[in-house]
Amino acid sequence: MDNTFTPIEARKPPSSAIGPIAWMKESLFSSPVNTLLTVFFAYIIIRFIPPVLDWAFISANWVGTTQDECTKSGACWIFIKQWSGQLLYGSYPEELRWRVNLALIGLVAVVVMQFFLPQHLRRRVGWVSLLVYPLISIWLMYGGLGLETVSTDKWGGFSLNILLAFAGILMSLPIGIIWALGRQSQMPFVKVVCISSIELFRGVPLITILFMGSVMLPLFFPAGVQLDKLMRAFIAITLFQSAYMAEVIRGGLQAIPKGQVEAANSLGLGYWKTMRLIVLPQALKISIPNIVNTFIALFKDTTLVLIIGLFEILSTIQAALQNSNWLGGHHIEGYVFVAFVFWVFCYTMSRISVHIEQKLNTGHSRS
Amino acid sequence: MQTNKSKNSSATPKAAFYNRAEVRSVVFQVIVFLGLAYFFYTIYNNTMTNMEARGIRTGFGFMSQAAGFDILLSLIPFEATDSYGRTFFVGLLNTLLVSAISIVFATLLGFLVGVSRLSSNWLVAKVATVFVETFRNIPLLLQIFFWYFAVLATLPGVRDSISVADSIFVNVRGLSVPKIVWSDGAGIVFYALLAAIAGAFFLSRWARKRQENTGQPFPTLWATLGLIIGLPLLTFLIAGSPASVEVPKLQGFGFKGGMTLIPELVALTVALSVYTAAFIAEAVRAGVQSVSHGQVEAAAALGLPHAKVLRFVTIPQALRVIVPPLNSQYQNLIKNSSLAMAIGYPDLVAVFMGSTLNQVGQAVEIVFMTMMVYLFINLTLSMFMNWYNARIKLVER
Repeated sequence: MDNTFTPIEARKPPSSAIGPIAWMKESLFSSPVNTLLTVFFAYIIIRFIPPVLDWAFISANWVGTTQDECTKSGACWIFIKQWSGQLLYGSYPEELRWRVNLALIGLVAVVVMQFFLPQHLRRRVGWVSLLVYPLISIWLMYGGLGLETVSTDKWGGFSLNILLAFAGILMSLPIGIIWALGRQSQMPFVKVVCISSIELFRGVPLITILFMGSVMLPLFFPAGVQLDKLMRAFIAITLFQSAYMAEVIRGGLQAIPKGQVEAANSLGLGYWKTMRLIVLPQALKISIPNIVNTFIALFKDTTLVLIIGLFEILSTIQAALQNSNWLGGHHIEGYVFVAFVFWVFCYTMSRISVHIEQKLNTGHSRS
Repeated sequence: MQTNKSKNSSATPKAAFYNRAEVRSVVFQVIVFLGLAYFFYTIYNNTMTNMEARGIRTGFGFMSQAAGFDILLSLIPFEATDSYGRTFFVGLLNTLLVSAISIVFATLLGFLVGVSRLSSNWLVAKVATVFVETFRNIPLLLQIFFWYFAVLATLPGVRDSISVADSIFVNVRGLSVPKIVWSDGAGIVFYALLAAIAGAFFLSRWARKRQENTGQPFPTLWATLGLIIGLPLLTFLIAGSPASVEVPKLQGFGFKGGMTLIPELVALTVALSVYTAAFIAEAVRAGVQSVSHGQVEAAAALGLPHAKVLRFVTIPQALRVIVPPLNSQYQNLIKNSSLAMAIGYPDLVAVFMGSTLNQVGQAVEIVFMTMMVYLFINLTLSMFMNWYNARIKLVER
């Protein structure tokens, strides 16, 4: 006889507690009200999703070049296909579009560099690339110095949205930092100037600032100075964005414990050295998620430049819908496509922002 | 402090004059002041020369001239012969109208979706998440275009209107709904409503005082609700129902009677409400999640039923977190209502900065006035929300 103790094998939980049935019981039919809601939403999904999928994919028209080839009942994606060049590049000359591509690739490279370069390189190369990239991309886009000149009224499409948003954020960063520091300053006059600039540009709609840029700015410059439309829109966007950026950075500045400044002062650092070496690196780091969030907002707001007559993606689609070859009412296809493009970009960036926030959180708690 | 400093200064070498913080601060501010003064002086000079060269007048004299254009929708009587000054108020009222309606809908929808995201029902939570992530990540202008050009423009014509219970009609020209027409003697109902609100105010004050003194609760919510709804209703019935409902009727090429909401207003309201609701939903979710679980458990341990836990424990604490972002969302909504211009809804920007500016050409005055209006509205709203926030915030010792 073997007298060793052999425990009885643990019994499995009853089938009512695990498995899909139990999950459904718990999270779909836990109460009469929940059951009712589940049935209601399930009905709506079953009623509407298949027709939408059918419209978008199964009976959609994919092949062809003209409106007449859209014979099937679904979406006419040929419309988007035919206009895709315009939607991305506007009226930028077709044989020169590689320059826009190069500028966009450079943009991606610069952004990626900020996050993935090894620490010791990031310090030097990162900042330098942020300063040098705009010059190179302006040269690529506008021309000169051996490249054929392309005037700004030819720029357009989604590339314009991207470049405007990125230029706006890059330009608003230094202005926002100065305004935010000024807002916290001990000097009463500087403080008043900064607070009123921030509150003015944050309290009014972007449209009014764009209008200001398009009808008032030309009056501000001496006669003879011509500012082109894109430049005026860019100035307006920068002012608007700087106000938001200042508030974001103020949030970061306020989160830095006072002891940091005091410690820096006791080491004999002056105001600018304290800010540059101690406070701002920490404040900017914790502001990154919110900077990304304002960037998303700005990116969506770049569509507003259509109101002052720039051909970004939304006004390109409006123009395409008015085109005499495509008068078949492709509004839904057009808007769904543009919405999808924006959605992909904004959703990805908001995920990145959440990711950075989590990453920064752990970094903070360990220290 | 001062004496200490002077005592020390004899021992340690005094900082050079130009290195002292106070001196530097003054010098720096003087430089900033001079720089700004020069900047504004140049701008002023340039503007004056430019305006003279282009023959643009200055001043607000244009406000009393006849406008000469019609406005699609006006809450106050307006004709083309009225002044530019009046176009300003027409636009302003239209902005306030669309903002007020959208704020109400956005708040209701936002709270509903925000709470749904936390629902124990998996499907409901997922649907709410998809709603938020979809509408938050698509530009508002695009959504306005979508509702206006892709949805409302494809509705049937006037003769084939979609009707709900033969009283609400939806067609390509807008939404026709029944209107309440007040007849003589309706004023007393309005006064009854005012009296009821005042009564409810004093009743709730009395109830709070009694509970503080004696500990006896009073069903304030139901009593005040009953008062505010009951008293006007009672006077309405006693006065012999001085009102009737006017149902829109199809006559010729349009609807007669009732109230017609133009499609521009409908599209703008829907887009603004849905877009802002997505952001409010996130604020609500964050607020509810910020209430620690222990609070709810403690309340349950005290024997409070679920509804009372919500009313006395969860909601008051969640509101503290929700109100500040709600404030900025309301401000955003009011600012975003200026996108009306893109579809031709006659709001302040479209009427005043659009049509009036086009005719008058006095950019500086008009842009300045419009900006000040938005600043004023937003600051007023902000003050109200700050007052409300101070009222509900945690009372600490």
